[in-house]
Amino acid sequence: MMTLLQHGVLAPFAFGFLRRALAGCLALSLVAPPLGVFLTLRRMSLTADVLQHGILPGVAVGAILGGLSIWWMGVGGLIAGLIVALLAALITRATNGREDSGFAGVYLLALAIGVTLATRERGLDLTHLLFGSVLAVDDDALRLMAGISSLALFGLAFIWRGLVLESLDAGFLRAQGGMGGIWHAGFMALVVLCVVGGFEALGTLMSVGLMMLPAIASRHWSQRLSGQVGVAVLIALISSCAGLLLSFHANLPAGPAILLVAGAVWIASLLLGPEESLRARSRIFP
Amino acid sequence: MIRLDHVSLRQGALLAVEDVSVTFEPGLVAVAGPNGAGKTTLLRAIAGLHPVASGSITGAGLSERIGFLPQSGEVDRRFPITVREFVGFGAWRRVGPQRRLPEAEYARIAASLTRLGIADLADRPIARLSAGQFQRLMFARLLMQDADIFLLDEPFTAVDSETEDALLDIIATWGDQGRTVIAVLHDQDLIQEAFPNTLLLARRMIAYGPSFDVLSAENRRLIRHAA
Repeated sequence: MMTLLQHGVLAPFAFGFLRRALAGCLALSLVAPPLGVFLTLRRMSLTADVLQHGILPGVAVGAILGGLSIWWMGVGGLIAGLIVALLAALITRATNGREDSGFAGVYLLALAIGVTLATRERGLDLTHLLFGSVLAVDDDALRLMAGISSLALFGLAFIWRGLVLESLDAGFLRAQGGMGGIWHAGFMALVVLCVVGGFEALGTLMSVGLMMLPAIASRHWSQRLSGQVGVAVLIALISSCAGLLLSFHANLPAGPAILLVAGAVWIASLLLGPEESLRARSRIFP
Repeated sequence: MIRLDHVSLRQGALLAVEDVSVTFEPGLVAVAGPNGAGKTTLLRAIAGLHPVASGSITGAGLSERIGFLPQSGEVDRRFPITVREFVGFGAWRRVGPQRRLPEAEYARIAASLTRLGIADLADRPIARLSAGQFQRLMFARLLMQDADIFLLDEPFTAVDSETEDALLDIIATWGDQGRTVIAVLHDQDLIQEAFPNTLLLARRMIAYGPSFDVLSAENRRLIRHAA
């Protein structure tokens, strides 16, 4: 047993690249899942999808202007993400909540622009931009991920109460003079930050994976917001560790391996969790 | 006192309320009329939630001392929050967005829940409340607000008679305390029984005054014609 623990779990992390990957993913796991919980509660899962595609043109422009500097790509992704978030808000308002086709248009367009820019620039690895490379997380990328996670964590703590009330009963908040738009804008900025924080490791196509999969799994374990947030963070932490180990031992790409583990936890939660799962439904309708 | 001066309100391109002028004194007022008469829009405009197209709405405490009860469909009832946490948001103006609730507010929450007869449900998720329990919860949050003006949009929808009596008792207490309660209601018997004054609306103001006079057979015929 000790040997299995030593060789199977601890030994891989003797490699510096795997330790950095683990540290980056654990940092993201502390803040991305709570944001994902709010995205699902606010029925904005599609918005997350739009944002992760939306940062690609900015990341590509950053890479073209600053070489493959993580900071240039990060700033480019942040600017593009904020523009797409603003576009998404305008589409939601213009379509009176029936925004799905407009969103699909935005993210397909963003993807096309991003891929076009990336393929026109020699030396830019499109696969790296789209799918990330968690094992290539260097010190700079780790600093960016840790910095973004810390900032987003403080930001979320700051807007928590307003965000809860705005999600629960926006009309009441407005009647109390609570300025609902500020909480929504702050929340969207944090989501964009986290998507940018995740793209180096997981790529622009999967950067919201660590945000959304633990969040939708957590709904099956608690009817309390604090419970859902706690479970989502725990699932993300476990998925990060287990995914990296799976990647190391089975020679799989690390990003997808992390999301595969998170996806397996979601399916298990959907089947066996105590809340809104198939097991719970079978108790109500035997 | 709330004064509406030639108020018109739009819903998109349509005129939902047209040229309404009325003064609400402290006490209980019902707003009645057919579906699409502009009752909810008018209430939301008084609460500051709907823009006024023309005219003005004025009154002391209108921006600060309002307790607004929306139709229950406006609240996300599946949100994972307990009864106690939900009612705690009634202290928003006193506590603000950042501070934790002080002990005194928890005492107020307990008192509000007890007054509504749902103290034993304090730790239950709101998703697991019946329609009647949920409406009691909404009133508990109103009690927490300690407002001078209460705007209630169909407060007795889908509640049983026992719950209706309990909520009416609270509304009557607010009236006795000199607060202003404006409620959108459909049940004309209930209006005549519990609300001394009524505003009858069919996009335009049909009548305003003592409920018995306003809900006369002639006015009801006018309303049916307008609808």
